[in-house]
Amino acid sequence: MTGAQSLVRSLELAGVEVVFGIPGGAILPAYDPLLDSKQVRHTLVRHEQGAGHAAQGYAVATGRVGVCMATSGPGATNLVTPIADAHMDSVPMVAITGQVASSSIGTDAFQEADIRGITMPITKHNYLVTDPADIPRAIAEAFHIAGTGRPGPVLVDISKDALQATTEFVWPTRVELAGYHPVTRPHAKQVREAARLLVRSRRPVLYVGGGVIRARASEQLRRLVDLTGIPVVTTLMARGALPDSHQANLGMPGMHGTVAAVTALQRSDLIFSIGARFDDRVTGQLSTFAPHATVIHADIDPAEISKNRVADVPIVGDAGEVLSELLLALQAEHAAGAVGDYAAWWREVEDWRATYPLGYGEPDDDSLSPQLVISRIGAIAGPEAIYTSGVGQHQMWAAQFIQYERPNAWLNSGGLGTMGYAVPAAMGAKVGSPERTVWAIDGDGCFQMTNQELATCVINDIPIKVAIINNSSLGMVRQWQTLFYGARYSNTDLHTGSARRIPDFVKLADAYGCAGLRCERPEDVDATIEAAMAINDRPVVVDFVVHRDAMVWPMVPAGVSNDDIQFARGTSPVWDRSD
Amino acid sequence: MSRHTLSVLVEDRPGVLARIAGLFSRRGFNIESLAVGPTEHPDVSRMTVVVDVEDLPLEQVTKQLNKLIEVIKVVELEPAASVQRELLLVKVRTDGATRSHVLETVQLFRAKVIDVSPDAVTIEATGDVDKLAALLRMLEPFGVRELVQSGLVAMARGPRSMSDRSLKSA
Repeated sequence: MTGAQSLVRSLELAGVEVVFGIPGGAILPAYDPLLDSKQVRHTLVRHEQGAGHAAQGYAVATGRVGVCMATSGPGATNLVTPIADAHMDSVPMVAITGQVASSSIGTDAFQEADIRGITMPITKHNYLVTDPADIPRAIAEAFHIAGTGRPGPVLVDISKDALQATTEFVWPTRVELAGYHPVTRPHAKQVREAARLLVRSRRPVLYVGGGVIRARASEQLRRLVDLTGIPVVTTLMARGALPDSHQANLGMPGMHGTVAAVTALQRSDLIFSIGARFDDRVTGQLSTFAPHATVIHADIDPAEISKNRVADVPIVGDAGEVLSELLLALQAEHAAGAVGDYAAWWREVEDWRATYPLGYGEPDDDSLSPQLVISRIGAIAGPEAIYTSGVGQHQMWAAQFIQYERPNAWLNSGGLGTMGYAVPAAMGAKVGSPERTVWAIDGDGCFQMTNQELATCVINDIPIKVAIINNSSLGMVRQWQTLFYGARYSNTDLHTGSARRIPDFVKLADAYGCAGLRCERPEDVDATIEAAMAINDRPVVVDFVVHRDAMVWPMVPAGVSNDDIQFARGTSPVWDRSD
Repeated sequence: MSRHTLSVLVEDRPGVLARIAGLFSRRGFNIESLAVGPTEHPDVSRMTVVVDVEDLPLEQVTKQLNKLIEVIKVVELEPAASVQRELLLVKVRTDGATRSHVLETVQLFRAKVIDVSPDAVTIEATGDVDKLAALLRMLEPFGVRELVQSGLVAMARGPRSMSDRSLKSA
């Protein structure tokens, strides 16, 4: 068979059902046998960035490895953003790119780009294949690497002559990589030490990151929390790892976290971190983060441990296995009479939670508040829906005001902060979970970066729902201009709101063959969402024209200590009240 | 800052050097020297990297190196428990009056003259970093016309091979 046929056969044996991509010169040979595959469906997107984010959305919603495909040169470079995004957020993804013929590599040939070199720092691993006999092994290894250990993107760049040449197909029965042996089973002694510290601590916090979701360890987490009663914070990447309705869940920590979550970490004497990486958006100024806390840091990636904050007890392992082992170790501590007493700690935490709940002020006029729109979408679509978001204010509000009750219901670009993620990720999620309602909570800025995938959704019958939280500006940047640049609004007005609608999102939706709705008054919010929920034969785009001065609170400004969290503008919580 | 010598076993594949060099530059680690070559195993290359970092960043360097799929093993070689050598070629200006002085220095350092011309000699020397630095200090007054140095190569003392266990388990 040809190298191209060998590639398609390899994808079939790797269990691939869907590939998102766009053909072009160098990858063209692969698209011919793809037409004949009974297993692999190809979804033709409108921009390669959309293919990458769709593969991410598919991967996160299903737990499988997402696949995207593009041609050489610009096709491949358009994949760079989603690849970097998947790398930052540990999303299992395989990107397949065509490359110019091996005889032309290095000659600055038409549509040549050294995509392997370009993506070295943003992939878990990558390949350049020029021998057709290497294609099955490269594909088998790529799926193994992408989906095991700490998941991540793997790129396989295949030269056009390798796709065209005749080869013998040999599928490797086992993938053996001398330098890749992820440790999943934690060290028993370290786990026992963690249990010992947890029962003896007075002010512990479980700092839960996206690794718990990737490891599908929510059940183990819940058992641990129920056994110990330790307060939990769930990071932006971990929203839904523990149900928001669980009494121990304090919500999101970090720059826009809840006062209770931020303060509990800050005042803790012990942090048990699992699948999190002490990102600057969580720690704020690192030198003043949780100054009195002993740190137990469990992660499948040893390089995350002690990278930012030095860990007192490092634990390398899969989140599920770590939590299961820790549960046993804690049960042994309990059996020996050592049970953690966190009653006094909980009284403090509950006081912060009651005094400083998440909330927002309604605008003075009768305009629409973005937080209201987002919380109503969450309430009406419910916990079984999937929510994706772009990046900015609407993302933070969607993280704050939608109640997440299950893992993989919340998909967003956390690490890289990629505007334009929402629509294509929702498309991929809907392909992976067609039975679920999928809402893209998007901003007017983000939406304009990738909305062309609405065409893909309409043509391929992928009925996603898009809520444009339209404040007619790059809202988060505008918020920073309000707070830190003397309200000088340099280049943040997008003119998509009520004065001028460039573009008119309802007309745009109509042009794509989507249903287009608009909502501008608080009293119409529920009816509009219900109307959108009732349309399932095509995508729906709702233009929620909202108040542009709404801001995301609480907030810890960048580089500032988490002690200085502001509950609302200019308002910091009052600590150590005498009552 | 302090100097650390890392021995890195890697799969001998195209691009692996770029991968490692890229890792150092993007994580902000300074490479003082780098030497790459084949080993006793045909598919395995060995890199000796000298980095100038504190202990904690060094831990990050080794962890990040270990994350690379093509990296099989990373070991730090302590100077006391290893042999470490560099190779140096230096072209020194000489004339009838200075040649004998230069040759005396060469003998003193157990170096070799590998090329001679009427107004210069080319000297080959191996040794640890300090010895080569001392040799250069002695030669500088005569006039160094050209200098090239290899990266450091190093190996642990004793009978064991770095690749013993890592390649068997693979």
